[in-house]
Amino acid sequence: MREVAVAGVGMTKFGVSEKTNVDMFAEAGLEAIQNSSIEPGDIDALFFGNCLGDFEEGQMHMAPFAHSVIGLPMSSPATRFEGACATATVAIRHAALLVGAGVYDVVLAGGTERTTIMDTPMATRTFAMGCHAQYESPTGLTFPGVFGMAAHMYSSKYDIPLKKLKKHMAEVSVKNHFHGAKNPKAHFPKEITVEKVLSGPMIADPLQLLDCCPFSDGSAAVVIASADKIKSMTDKPVFIVGTGQASAGPLNFQQDLTIVKTRMTSIKHAYKEAGIGPKDIDLCELHDCFTIAEILAIEALGFYEFGEGYDAATKGETRLGGKGVTINPSGGLKAKGHPIGATGAAQVVEIVEQLRGEAGDRQVDGAKIGVVDTLGGDFGTICNIILRRG
Amino acid sequence: MPADFTFQQYQQELTDGRLTATVCGKCETYTTPPQAVCRNCGGTDTKITEIVKKGTIRTFTVIRVGPEGTQPPYIVALVETQDGPWVMGNLLVTDPGKIGPEIIGKEVEISSQVVKGDIYAIENLNVLTFSLV
Repeated sequence: MREVAVAGVGMTKFGVSEKTNVDMFAEAGLEAIQNSSIEPGDIDALFFGNCLGDFEEGQMHMAPFAHSVIGLPMSSPATRFEGACATATVAIRHAALLVGAGVYDVVLAGGTERTTIMDTPMATRTFAMGCHAQYESPTGLTFPGVFGMAAHMYSSKYDIPLKKLKKHMAEVSVKNHFHGAKNPKAHFPKEITVEKVLSGPMIADPLQLLDCCPFSDGSAAVVIASADKIKSMTDKPVFIVGTGQASAGPLNFQQDLTIVKTRMTSIKHAYKEAGIGPKDIDLCELHDCFTIAEILAIEALGFYEFGEGYDAATKGETRLGGKGVTINPSGGLKAKGHPIGATGAAQVVEIVEQLRGEAGDRQVDGAKIGVVDTLGGDFGTICNIILRRG
Repeated sequence: MPADFTFQQYQQELTDGRLTATVCGKCETYTTPPQAVCRNCGGTDTKITEIVKKGTIRTFTVIRVGPEGTQPPYIVALVETQDGPWVMGNLLVTDPGKIGPEIIGKEVEISSQVVKGDIYAIENLNVLTFSLV
């Protein structure tokens, strides 16, 4: 495989947008192209992520329209990827694989999502399509419900009283909002308190409103190029040095929801490819769709032992300037927002800006290696990308 | 998958009051709901059998904000059946809003009820239900 790097990045502000899915992608995509000092005509292919356009806009087959709006050449094919909330990470990983394999030299990859056009009951229903349509969704299962079950199991398995665990979970939300307040593109760039998290309405026991990430609109994109092409595009290349992806079936077959085996499988592959381990990571953008989800992730990624990650945020270890791996300096899904088809690309954008030293107030000092971790569905898809400063 | 163990047949068995699984001819593991191969060893030499409709609650949640068409609060739970496989379903209690973590580890009996389809998923489906013993 050839060496592959990110040449440029682009991202809309996350939040509530009046723009269409394709128009948001045009903004992010063109920014990524300009950031790479190239023209749309230099792009060899588009790897495009979107989950729910069919329901948001009645738009299936969005990729060629996203391709058209930014004037990509007809000979540069556009393909839609869908891996629930991990959609854009899966698109970027496959873009990197095909550039690495020599099929393409310069590609655009990313995603877009317009969830807030749906009201909460419709969004909850369509998001739940990421669960199994026969064995899970008919029970009325929701994504907060999936992680509510994981939180109850974590409390029970490790014998941590639920009240105590919930306080530590709230600290994850507080920490990510602390970071998000420094991110002008975040959906909710404001600090919150543990008391506020613990006084919110219950969504799916034991998760309260501020344990949950929001429904958001937004788009993000990156240009990926082979190492020989990148020299003329940027003097700050960020190399993709390892990737991984894993798949699993419905929750009843996964059983122990506290040990995310898909994540362990995916990250093992990525670490091996990069020739590094968890101790080499400076920062991580991971899938904190719910507070308990960040705790599960820092354990399965190898930053903490199983059953010991629950108080990392409380101790300040995962906060900017903390002694551990800085987790979600962007504010994470919780504060930055979660436009599901774009989320993974926004995670890559954050790591790239951090490794270039362009993250402003939320800069992780001396960051050299960062990892992206994105989860799709109820642990059914995990995708990881490891990036290194060039 | 054995030709006669389809999702439709699993559903019909539930309508008739039976919880079915495949049992593996190689490693004797039970698999339910239906899969094309044994969950444990990937073997295809499987036969249909009925399993005991009893189990233990391993985790749960109370859904308070549901998808359109649902009527919260209601409980979704994962149950480990006596024969080994875990299954997902709804725990039926008189006041779901007041259930807490004390139900983890409790024994349940397993049955099923029909959930009507909606505009996205038009089939009416049997969904497993649990009642505390």
